[in-house]
Amino acid sequence: MKKFTQEKGIVIPLDRANVDTDYIIPKQFLKSIKRTGFGKNLFDEARYLDKGLPDEDCSDRPLNPDFVLNQARYQGGRILLARENFGCGSSREHAPWALDDYGIRCIIAPSFADIFFNNCFKNGILPIVLEEDIVDILFEETAANEGYELEIDLANQQILKPDGEVLAFDIEPSRKKVLLNGLDDISLTLQHADDIKAFESRWQQQSPWLFN
Amino acid sequence: MAGKTLYDKLWDSHLVKDLDDGTSLLYIDLQYIHEVTSPQAFEGLRLAKRKAWRSGANLATPDHNVPTTLSERSRGVEGIIDPVSKIQVKSLDANCLEFEISEFTIDDPRHGIVHIIGPEQGRTLPGMTIVCGDSHTSTHGALGALAHGIGTSEVEHVLATQTLQQRKAKNMLVKVNGRLGTGITAKDMVLAIIGKIGTAGGTGYTIEFAGDAVQALSIEGRMTVCNMAIEAGARAGIVAVDDLTIEYLEGRPFAPKGEQWKQAVSAWRDLHSDADAEFDKVVELEGSEIEPQVSWGTSPEMVAPVNARVPDPQEVENASRRGNYQQALKYMGLEPNTPIQDIQLDRIFIGSCTNSRIEDLRAAAAVVKGRKVAKNIKQALVVPGSGLVKAQAEHEGLDKIFIEAGLEWREPGCSMCLAMNADQLGEGEHCASTSNRNFEGRQGFGGRTHLVSPAMAAAAAVSGHFVDVRTLDLN
Ligand code: SF4
Repeated sequence: MKKFTQEKGIVIPLDRANVDTDYIIPKQFLKSIKRTGFGKNLFDEARYLDKGLPDEDCSDRPLNPDFVLNQARYQGGRILLARENFGCGSSREHAPWALDDYGIRCIIAPSFADIFFNNCFKNGILPIVLEEDIVDILFEETAANEGYELEIDLANQQILKPDGEVLAFDIEPSRKKVLLNGLDDISLTLQHADDIKAFESRWQQQSPWLFN
Repeated sequence: MAGKTLYDKLWDSHLVKDLDDGTSLLYIDLQYIHEVTSPQAFEGLRLAKRKAWRSGANLATPDHNVPTTLSERSRGVEGIIDPVSKIQVKSLDANCLEFEISEFTIDDPRHGIVHIIGPEQGRTLPGMTIVCGDSHTSTHGALGALAHGIGTSEVEHVLATQTLQQRKAKNMLVKVNGRLGTGITAKDMVLAIIGKIGTAGGTGYTIEFAGDAVQALSIEGRMTVCNMAIEAGARAGIVAVDDLTIEYLEGRPFAPKGEQWKQAVSAWRDLHSDADAEFDKVVELEGSEIEPQVSWGTSPEMVAPVNARVPDPQEVENASRRGNYQQALKYMGLEPNTPIQDIQLDRIFIGSCTNSRIEDLRAAAAVVKGRKVAKNIKQALVVPGSGLVKAQAEHEGLDKIFIEAGLEWREPGCSMCLAMNADQLGEGEHCASTSNRNFEGRQGFGGRTHLVSPAMAAAAAVSGHFVDVRTLDLN
């Protein structure tokens, strides 16, 4: 799995609550059987003025000039600043795949929906939860300063602001370890294969109807 | 020590081990698989040269992407016109063959939406842990199973290890007291619950639905409620096992038989929260106060009773919420204070894993019987949840009632619930839909979804706008 250690980049502010995964990547793009190539359709319905089709060349589609991803100052941004309940709705992992493919490495929000939050870690994206008033300040500062960048240091669980202020963030130790080392979850679990087998045979004795 | 909640019991019985990092390894009894969120998982297994840990603990069916017209469906997978969809459905078939996973293929009479066919076949059983790469897996909790949606990486993880690394959620009890009024359905109940606790109200919790009004629901009604637990932010919703659960399961094809049935039933009798169990959060509603619900915005929490008006954002104090309301009304093309009943509709969708079971179709048919779809309605679709629901409805003559009234009778699948196939809303069109999500663009680019019960959707179909279904005479 992809590693996450340190990341410095331009902040893209997406000022909208309850951003759902349909909004992040609309369903017509879910027909792909690959994990890559979703970046050009990230936030498709907000980003373009026409209706997007799978496998379409997006380079001459009409852009929505009001949408934040299309504004010159946020080009190349790697950190997404968002509002509460980010990633709600469908379980589609195509949402983090699209964010990743676009180049987003870290998302900061006051809260995330469970399944999406989990899916981020599986793809080397770091979702960070910060207090709402701190997120408010980051939105203000991003708006006020063109080229506003944050530096994320996962090992030390710190965010460095341009004015030198340091914000601390929480992360569960197991998730931190997996991200820092780019570990493969399945291999990790298979280290417990004997425990799984032992459980399974006990469980089968107890509930044989589950093993028909 | 306090007793255990149902969720605690289900968790404890599946705990393989607590890992030293604070997570736990949980055994998974059953995984449902569909064509959209599985191809990359199978590809991952292939690349790592891994096999399925226990292929018999999986059941697959294509549903999200399949066409629903008879002309396409009568030719099976080859009949799918959209080439990209066809590849996805064919990939599922090939992957299931390769990994020895049973599949109800597109032309199998038992085919349908994963969350419909599982309970229908008795594959979903009380006391199981169930996952699927689909957030509405919470549906299966209606039978006393711990069921939730997962992402594709986890689909692969479950295929390879039969477990998930999990963090235990907190316990929430949503209790609906008393009785629902006449004409009020499980859908109205769950929309009212979401309206009350909000779309993030259940985040981090497993919700147990209880109370007299919940227990009085049929198993199908309980599925409708659990189905939308995720719309309240909770990954899983559950209902305790009772006589109704056991009656529902008896004799279903995959349900245990003979001695095993007796043994299973006695184990299932314990699947309820202990009387002295403690919940981290308790929310109560009065069943008698719930009215037919209609969503007016772009999030399932934006609901109102049918006799109310669209809210006025100016009256909302919280600035961020006010902004959300403004954004939603703009997208929905609605003016503040419009009576809900004045919202004119263009299309009607009766279907989805929330409301496409036989009871839903009966409720809708009872309303449209002897009536005609209103002139302003461009299309009214009825999409049964499975091949068997369709056959049962036809046996009861419901298809004729729908067709006679001017609705279209389709083949099973997810259809306009997420509009991955040809069944879609046009830009700006309003739809009364029995599905579960009213997000922007969910049912088609620029489409405007209003979530309602099947009876309310049917009433809207024959009226051309929302009406209180309780005011119509039923035939
Ligand atoms: S019917 Fe809708 S919500 Fe249910 S599984 Fe299909 S797409 Fe998902």
